[in-house]
Amino acid sequence: MTSKTAVKRSPKTADDAQPDTRPDAPRDAPLDAMMPVPFRIVKRTQELADTFTIELTPASGRGGAFAFRPGQFNMLYAFGVGEVPISISGDPANPKKLIHTIRNVGAVTQAISNMKVGDEIGVRGPFGSAWPVEKAEGSDVLIITGGIGLAPLRPAIDHVLANRGKYGRFVILYGARSPADVLFMEQLTAWRGRLDTYVDVTVDHATRDWAGNVGVVTRLIERANFDAYHAKAFICGPELMMRFTIKELSSRGLKDEDIYVSMERNMKCAIGHCGHCQFGGKFVCKDGPVFPYSSVNALLKVRGL
Amino acid sequence: MVKIEGIDKLLAEHPFFKDMPIDARKTLAGCAKNERIEPGDYLAQEGNAADKFYLIRSGALAVECHVPSGDNLVIETLHTGEVFGWSWMVPPYEWNFDIRAVDLTRVISLDAACLRKKITKDKLLGFELYSRFIPILAKRLHSTRQQLTDLYGKS
Ligand code: FES
Repeated sequence: MTSKTAVKRSPKTADDAQPDTRPDAPRDAPLDAMMPVPFRIVKRTQELADTFTIELTPASGRGGAFAFRPGQFNMLYAFGVGEVPISISGDPANPKKLIHTIRNVGAVTQAISNMKVGDEIGVRGPFGSAWPVEKAEGSDVLIITGGIGLAPLRPAIDHVLANRGKYGRFVILYGARSPADVLFMEQLTAWRGRLDTYVDVTVDHATRDWAGNVGVVTRLIERANFDAYHAKAFICGPELMMRFTIKELSSRGLKDEDIYVSMERNMKCAIGHCGHCQFGGKFVCKDGPVFPYSSVNALLKVRGL
Repeated sequence: MVKIEGIDKLLAEHPFFKDMPIDARKTLAGCAKNERIEPGDYLAQEGNAADKFYLIRSGALAVECHVPSGDNLVIETLHTGEVFGWSWMVPPYEWNFDIRAVDLTRVISLDAACLRKKITKDKLLGFELYSRFIPILAKRLHSTRQQLTDLYGKS
């Protein structure tokens, strides 16, 4: 991730002025959104060598639900070190458990990784737009993800499974670097065991003891059964993986407006003020992180953005 | 003749032969054989003569690279409806990788010497065959390039 210089937002258009009432639309953050609230770590799970999950509860001890929509993120503050945007990876129907899955890639995530059960962490959020799970009702749903990208999509998967009857075919395709890097292996196995969900997993390389697929995640698309003309695809992973995936989906007939991507950029304020997360004329923190591909397709082709 | 007709029916069912003129397909059926590979058995080994190519009817094959530590590295898996093997087209006609059946796998093999003989005589037949291989090669190359980018590495 590269840091972006602060810039002012382009003037609002007439369209911007219309209140967007869609359930997945970005919402304005409350005024106190800059103030981290102390939470306590109640559970820590080491998922992979460099990836862990923490479950949080308010440090005030008053419990309470942390309502969020699938795809939204929080700013997690390691006191004295800094803040990072991390997607919520828990079940939206169980908001009493605030769960984040984090890959240890920098100073702040390293500091959070070093925390133990009982330690305090600051939380601001939830921020950003959501996966359009309501809009996808009645359609086939494709979840295509790679690496840590499965974490921001898990709440959407939980939602679809909890409301399974409202959707058509449900396809989950996941790619990882190697078998040792497959995130949420137990859950993937459980989802795969359901008769109403198609799950396929692949790794980029493996040794002989791996009996699963080897190859890039885009190759799983050709074997999945879905109706490209009545499907919504939710994609989250490295930007390059998303571009390859979109190309494959487009060649299968999916329209740009039926494809949704989750973008990642450096963030600071998370409420659309500082410009750190600027992506063309959009702010990833406020207009995203989930975007219809039709609204960012031109931006994704711009080099160095 | 009855045998060739049976094989031709299997060829017609495979995506590789989709839209191929019937005459061309029937000619190629003369080089084809139905085979079954038990899980764990090797269909090809690096350095051996690449005397066939394969159409996977069902099952899965692993393309492996032999490494000195002894534990072969799996580079790719191939599944129902896919094609395996182009070393038969390129001198010195030797396999570059090992090919192992992951599951019980049913394939149709096409004999390279027989194919070469037929396409030397019938250039149009060669065109039919090669024009089906090129998109597959392009797709595999594209996938390999994606793998080379180490998509999920720390950036
Ligand atoms: S505008 Fe500040 S992080 Fe998005």
